[in-house]
Amino acid sequence: MAVITPPQKETPARPRANGTARRPRRSHVLNLASLAIGLAVWALVSLFGIADLPGPLAVASRAVEMAADGTLAGDLAASLRRVFIGFALGTALAVPIGFLMGWYPTARGLLEPYVQFFRMVPPLALIPLAIVLLGIGEVPKIFVIFLAAFLFSVVSTLQGVVNVDRTLINAARVLGAPDRTIFVKVIIPASAPFILVGMRTGLGASWATLVAAELIAAQAGLGYRMQQAQLYYDLPTIFVGLIAIGVLGMAMDRLLLLAEKRLTGWQERR
Amino acid sequence: MTDKPENKIEFRGTAKSYPMKGSVFTALDGVSLEIADREFVTVVGPSGCGKSTLLNMAAGLDEPTSGEVLVDGVRVDGPGPDRGVIFQQYALFPWLTVRRNVEFGLRIAGISTDERARRAQRAIDLVGLTEFADALPKTLSGGMKQRCAIARAYAVSPQVLLMDEPFGALDALTRVQLQDQLLETWTKEQRTVMFITHDVDEAVYLARRVIVMAARPGRIHRIIDVDLPYPRTEEVRLSADFSRIRNEVWHSVYHQEAAAPAP
Repeated sequence: MAVITPPQKETPARPRANGTARRPRRSHVLNLASLAIGLAVWALVSLFGIADLPGPLAVASRAVEMAADGTLAGDLAASLRRVFIGFALGTALAVPIGFLMGWYPTARGLLEPYVQFFRMVPPLALIPLAIVLLGIGEVPKIFVIFLAAFLFSVVSTLQGVVNVDRTLINAARVLGAPDRTIFVKVIIPASAPFILVGMRTGLGASWATLVAAELIAAQAGLGYRMQQAQLYYDLPTIFVGLIAIGVLGMAMDRLLLLAEKRLTGWQERR
Repeated sequence: MTDKPENKIEFRGTAKSYPMKGSVFTALDGVSLEIADREFVTVVGPSGCGKSTLLNMAAGLDEPTSGEVLVDGVRVDGPGPDRGVIFQQYALFPWLTVRRNVEFGLRIAGISTDERARRAQRAIDLVGLTEFADALPKTLSGGMKQRCAIARAYAVSPQVLLMDEPFGALDALTRVQLQDQLLETWTKEQRTVMFITHDVDEAVYLARRVIVMAARPGRIHRIIDVDLPYPRTEEVRLSADFSRIRNEVWHSVYHQEAAAPAP
């Protein structure tokens, strides 16, 4: 894309630039301080409070062990693989269907009852059914993740299309744009912010669903590892699993946020 | 279809009504109006008089329930690049830079890259956005956004310019600037302009004829000729003739009941 030259006078560029430059640094310091305090409290609680609670050091050494013998990497790979396949399939199907529903009232009328119904059913509630029908392999787990990602993305894509400013469509029409061009050049970019928000919530939901699905039935993965650890009263492993889930989830969310900023930076903030 | 018609835009008994619960709401009640080639016409009237509906029908964005609109003697059937439309809300594509916005219509017309760049640059220069050609709309002020929208319309060289309260959201100073700029371009390129406004001063300053509309049902109330010379300058704006015409328009906009007793 082209270089953006900010206008010289109209925008209060100076004070805002300073504000945004200072704020992240300050908040980063606060974040780090909060992390340190949290670790200290955790250590104290495990030393003097709850007897069986492992401290940060115990958990860290367990993490090192798990990393060394390859179980951590194996579990991460298994979990991430499921999430990515399910999420990719779900989003890939949701975006075109969302566009279809937003663009053609007939498609919307036919599909909306199902979308609205399944939105109210937590994907996890389908696990018993999925296991009975699809077996205990990868398929039922990927299926529920697919469903979680799909439902969030389809609704937000639909919202995006419905919310496209009519005057933008009219502006394209009066410049001679046929429907196909309006769809590609106006509807798709204009609904991109909605789609990306849907993808982010969808990814969060996928991740949550995955771990829960692994707790119920899996042979590998972070959820499975925690389930096993529970049987052997292995608290440090459970903590390693929990932290890994949180950190990975945050990392994926950050990646999508970055993509969102890149792709929809043209939006006016009010 | 045969010889070139004298009237660029022609409304023939153009009416628009919407079904409302139990009754029918008449937005426009059989409007007939002829706008000559290269004429600059402004339309003023109270809200709900159907002035935007009238413009949208000429643009092909709205269909009359009865009657018809002709442009160049041909019945309007949908929008087309021969009629440029400027909206009050600018309607720029926020994800495109000024240049890409201006090129939008040229791309659709399938114009070659070189020619496209040349024509877009010309339109951008014309509205004075040269330095901001590669800026995104969000970095522009309201006046600059509207100038960009005007450049986008100019780029495809429409013969008719339909402007729906284009300067309505701008501050008074910017508005005057853009009015002068618009007149300057109009003098050079002599397009037919139909310009909707609720600002009486603006209506008189720009137009050769002011169409005053009335509401409920939407109809033409009066047509007032503006016998002021072009180019319109500050001198014209401050002249006694200008204020005389302005008063006349003002009266017919704000005291319609007195002027035209209801049947």
